[in-house]
Amino acid sequence: MSFFPYAVAAWLFVIGLYGIVTSRNFVHLVICLAVLQSSTYVLLLSIGYRVGGTAPVFAGVRVGTPAVDPVVQALMLTDIVVEATVVALLLALALQLHKRANTLDPDKLKALEG
Amino acid sequence: MLFLQFTILSFVAVTATAVVLTRDPAKQAIGISFYGLVMALMFFIFQAPDVALSQIVIGAVALPLMILLALTKIRRHEEEQRERKEKKAA
Amino acid sequence: MKRRGRMIFFLLSAAVFAGVYLWGLKGLPAVGHYRGPYGDVLNQVATYERHVTDIVTAVNFDYRGFDTLGEEFILFMSVVGGTVLLRRQREEEKSEHKDQALSDESPERQAPEPSDATRVLTLGLVGPLVVFGLYIVAHGQLTPGGGFQGGVILATAPLLVYLAGDLKKFKQITSHTLVEVAEAAGAGAYLAIGFAGLILGGAYLRNVAALGKTGMINSGGTIALINLATGLEVAAGFVLLLYAFLEQTLEIRLRGGK
Repeated sequence: MSFFPYAVAAWLFVIGLYGIVTSRNFVHLVICLAVLQSSTYVLLLSIGYRVGGTAPVFAGVRVGTPAVDPVVQALMLTDIVVEATVVALLLALALQLHKRANTLDPDKLKALEG
Repeated sequence: MLFLQFTILSFVAVTATAVVLTRDPAKQAIGISFYGLVMALMFFIFQAPDVALSQIVIGAVALPLMILLALTKIRRHEEEQRERKEKKAA
Repeated sequence: MKRRGRMIFFLLSAAVFAGVYLWGLKGLPAVGHYRGPYGDVLNQVATYERHVTDIVTAVNFDYRGFDTLGEEFILFMSVVGGTVLLRRQREEEKSEHKDQALSDESPERQAPEPSDATRVLTLGLVGPLVVFGLYIVAHGQLTPGGGFQGGVILATAPLLVYLAGDLKKFKQITSHTLVEVAEAAGAGAYLAIGFAGLILGGAYLRNVAALGKTGMINSGGTIALINLATGLEVAAGFVLLLYAFLEQTLEIRLRGGK
């Protein structure tokens, strides 16, 4: 039971990867990549969690109160925002691809042309 | 582990599966927005308010908006292509 | 055939992943029983060492500041890459459709007029939203929030102007050169603060500014400064991206005209 969050993280990774592998549309693929990425959040979150711990914010809370790990939260926080811009870049690439190749299906792309 | 955490994690897993298995990207954009909100709730329950805050804004506004705009553009481009073909045929 | 091969490859990789993951899990603590020392040490000392109350922000912009600098530049590069790609596409299309090009003011360019209620509500919300975003940015080292979260909130303010149907104002706000300058200045300021630490303190990104009184808005030394720089960069970056994407649909209205 106490390993359930780790199982969820693994499931998110595998289902995201499944989506990417079977994708027939680059926009769908990008969204699956975002899901895959969220598996790392669940994993990090469960590693740093402590039962009964408060959030690592000591405004109005005495320093020394048991709290969860701030380091993993810092990792996730920046990554979520950066992820959004990376998704934007990938979508821009997909748009450019659709313009040049007239398809969004990875299977219909023959070879990369210059 | 508490009931609340168990529930939200199961919810995350189910929503993610639904998002991936939806094949239409336009529907997926709505799905990913909902998924973002569920994730934010999970961060909140796991004592990570900082992360929850960034997830709410990104998940609810930035991601779905950019995806929908990209899809509109793609659809328009497809229509144009079709029109051009019809012109050539005629 | 190709798809089947890919599927087999996926199943194989998933099996390998499951094995390695299970093996790795043996070394992890059960969920809820965090045992690593770093988080606990930081929770204990950060408030005394850096005069901040939000430890996550302290980790982001001080203890792990160099790593965040790297993240910032991933953000910077994806924003630049995304906007350049979208702009290039727009220009190519412009030259293709020279004959049908309409000016910005043509009636077909205008969105359907939003109702008065929508306009009043959205425009009325712009002010509070900007204030809220600034609040989240400025209090990053005290309460949950900071440059990353507040920056994105600030970037959604121009969207409200767009929703209110004021396209001209929206374009004026978001296509301003100042947005690009702000984006670069935010990224540059982070680097510069790091060098200030190198010159004055002997190590890159060392916290050399006055720490201030815990709980005050100017506490935390360079944490507060880097926080502001990040807020500026993230806000400007997202405005650039959203504008670049919205511009594509503005084009659609331009030529659609149905």
